[in-house]
This record gives sequence, structure tokens and C-alpha cells, in this order.
Amino acid sequence: MIDSEDKSAIIRLFHVYRNYGVKHALIDITLDIFNNEFLFISGPSGAGKTTLLKLLYLAEPVSDGQILVDGLNLSRIPRKNIPFLRRKFGIVFQDYKLILTKTVYENVALVLEAAGEKRRLIHKKVKSVLRTVGMEQRLNSLPPSLSGGEQQRVAIARAVIGDPNIILADEPTGSLDVDAADLVMDLLKKFHTRGATVVIATHDKALIHKTGGRVVHLNEGRLQVTPEI
Amino acid sequence: MTPSVKRAIQDIRQNRFLNAVTIITIALSILIVSAFALFFINTNDLMNAWKRGIRIMAYLKPETPQAEIPELKKKIQNMYGVSEARFISKEDALNGLKTHMKRQSSLLDNLRENPLPDTFEILMIASSQSWERVEMLAADIEKLSQVAEVEYGQRWLERFTNIFNLFRLAGYALGALFFMAAIFFVANTIRLVLYSRREEVEIMRLVGAADSFIKMPFYIEGLIQGALGGIIGLAALFVIFLFVSSNVPQDFSTGFFHIRFLPLPVFVAVIFSSMFVGWLGCYLSLKQYLKS
Repeated sequence: MIDSEDKSAIIRLFHVYRNYGVKHALIDITLDIFNNEFLFISGPSGAGKTTLLKLLYLAEPVSDGQILVDGLNLSRIPRKNIPFLRRKFGIVFQDYKLILTKTVYENVALVLEAAGEKRRLIHKKVKSVLRTVGMEQRLNSLPPSLSGGEQQRVAIARAVIGDPNIILADEPTGSLDVDAADLVMDLLKKFHTRGATVVIATHDKALIHKTGGRVVHLNEGRLQVTPEI
Repeated sequence: MTPSVKRAIQDIRQNRFLNAVTIITIALSILIVSAFALFFINTNDLMNAWKRGIRIMAYLKPETPQAEIPELKKKIQNMYGVSEARFISKEDALNGLKTHMKRQSSLLDNLRENPLPDTFEILMIASSQSWERVEMLAADIEKLSQVAEVEYGQRWLERFTNIFNLFRLAGYALGALFFMAAIFFVANTIRLVLYSRREEVEIMRLVGAADSFIKMPFYIEGLIQGALGGIIGLAALFVIFLFVSSNVPQDFSTGFFHIRFLPLPVFVAVIFSSMFVGWLGCYLSLKQYLKS
């Protein structure tokens, strides 16, 4: 898997800092994430893993330093273009972030609707991606009627439907049982083999050992590079 | 149906009570403002009808020799704004009075002397029927040595016009107040809907939705609220109009003047204004919310 990776960096962080007042959440982070890489950002709770991911899709601004995503300098992106940056990412959240009043179909279709795609294409792609994640039978269900594993699979379907180059997953198995977690990781690996760069933030060392890939370790906001597993 | 329209209708369904209150507020505002407009339009029609009938009566002094009448008629007819000057001799005036009084005309038979004066009835050309012009002409005629008194029956109309203009101003002010209240209500409804859906809005932003995509359903919601409020308000006004106009005495609304409902351009303008109120309320709320 690693051999087939294109080694050019799709995400580059240069001496990145993120401060909340006097508290430093991230300190001097310099990191390259390569095309089609499967990368784990590990570390204990509060190490800055979620903050690091948030900086990538501009949910938060950097306090200092530079981040390049697919050649774009994030500090130079005007506010009105942030949605276009976010469409480069597929984001999977620990708490799924599904809209509870919308059906599975509507939640997944939202990404393409927001991108202004035609209804026929949306219909075709939503059905196809829900089939891939094994949720095609539940497309009219509302999220509260689904199990945690099912909700996370819908969240993955939503993350990948726009064919993003990069999938960011923040503790994607954090609230799932072992079987559901394995299913979610299998899906992420499937999209990785299809060409996506996958970045997973997790504190679960067992999951990292089971899955394999490059690991960078965050501790109290500082980066410690770990040998590839 | 586009996703935005679908989402707007979903929102209205999910927040039925809030939307109903807003639509009723808009409808009430439209009803009150349109009622004023209807009153002004009909009063204006009525005043124009009255103005079209303006006549100046010039009563001559009793000692005026008959020989001077043709010369006097010529003078009056040459005055600016006069369309026609008709001489009514005091005999003709008395005969006219008798005809008018019908059965009571015998009361006039015992008169020893005709008390009525010779008179000129002066009609004005349509373009000169402004109050200033009528007053100036009346003053000019009064200056003639043979004229004892000048009267124009619609003098009170001038006072009525002034009161009407005051009402019109009050109507504008009240209309503006009601529109502001309606905008305030729409803005608050949308703000409450936004707060109830803040998580959804946040998720939309995270998955790459532009602000315009997020705003569109709310704008459509505001426009629907405005349109429904406008239609309901005008429908209520029409029902009231039918009730009132069917109770107006026949001899009041026939002949020279007819009570009418709002003309089509005003009707359309009211609906559009109502939709604008809905849109503006949304705009103000969204601007504040999305900035934060």
C-alpha cells in the first residue's frame, strides 16, 4: 500500500501555533502529509489532535505559522472561499454531526446540493455511496433511529460523496463497539485504496496497531514523529 | 421543487405556530395599511368628482341696469379659467325655484317682490380647477362694480381637502409603523428558527455549504410569509369592503361617484411590499446571525 503512494505532500504545516489566550494548544507543528497517505495523529485527550484537524478545514484560524492544502495557503483564503476549501475534505466527526431532522438520504445528499450538483446525479451518487457503506436499506431513516455504527457509516458516506482528495476523521471509532469500529476502519481503508489521503486523529493505540500506517504523536501540543507501523 | 424551496416549506411546517403568528402579523399590518389606501383612493375619487362640478355664482346688485349685462358677461367670459358664464335673470331664478319646490311653490305666489338677484353662473375649464385658481377668479369677479356677492358652494371642500391631507400624512406614518412592526416580527421569527437550527447551520458550513446556500431557504421562507400575509390581509379587506359597500346608500355611490376596491396595480404593489417586508426581516436576521 505504501509503495503505491504518491510521495508529494498534499498538506504542509510550517511552524504552526494555535493559542487560546495564554494557553498553547499547538506548539511549532511542522508536518507534511503525503498524497494517498494513511496517517494517524495519536495522542492523549487534550493533546491537540482535534485542534490540528480543525486548522486544516479552517474551523479555527492558526495563531502563527502557515498551512498549505493542495497548494493553497490557508491564511490567504478569503472568507467567501472557505466552503470551496472544505469541499476538498471529507470530514468524519466522533459525534457524527448528522442533521437529526433529515433522513439518511438527505444528510448525504446535502454535500452535493451545497455544491450545486444536478438532482439526477445527486440521486445516483447517494444511492451508490450508501450501497458502498451498507446503508442503502436505511436511506429514509432518521439518524436517531440508527445505531452508533450505522450513524458513523452515514457520516462516512457524507464525507466521501463529494469525491474529496482528503478524508479527515476525528476519533471515528471513539464511541463504537469493536465490530462497528472494524467496519468503519475497513470503509476508510477502502476509500484510501481508491486514492484518498486519510488522516485519522485517535487516542486508540490498539486501533493504530491493527490498521497500520504512518503515525505522528501529539503530546501537550507538540509533535513527536513516530516510526511507521 | 428545488432543495431550497423544499427546505423552506419544511421549516414552515416544523415551526407552524411561529410562522402562523408572523403571517397573521403581516396580514394585520397589510389589512390596516390597505384599508387606509382604500379610504384614500375612494375619498380622492369623491373629491375629484366634486371638483369637476365647481361653479361660481356671482350675484349682481339690484340696481344693475339690464343694458350692462352683455358687457359684464363678456368681461367674465374673458377672465382666465372661465369656460362659460351663463346669465340667470331673477325671474328665471324664481321660476327655477318654483319648479324645484314643486308642491310648495304656491308659497312663493304671495310674494310682492322677487327677492332673488340676477346671477351669473360661471363654469370653469377643467385644467383651472385648483383651489388657488378658483379663489383668485372669485376675488376678480367680486371686484366688478356690478357684483354684490360671489359664492362657490364647494368652499367647504377646501377645508375638507386640508383635513384629508392631514389624514393622509397620519396614514403614511401609521403605515410605516405597521411595516416596521411586521419587519420586526419576521426578523424575530427567522432568528428563532435560526437558533433552533444553529447546529444544522453549523454542519452545513462544515460540509462546504456556502452562506448563500444556507440563506436561500430562509429568504424563501420570508417571501412565502410575506406573500401569504399580503394575500390574507387583502382577502380580509375585500370581505370588509363587500360588507361596507353593500351597506352604502344607493344614491351615494351611483351617478357621479362609485366606491371601488383597490385597483390592480395597487393590489400587486401591496403583495410585493408584503413580500419585501418578509425578505427584509430575513435579511436583517441572517446578516446578524451569519456574521457571528
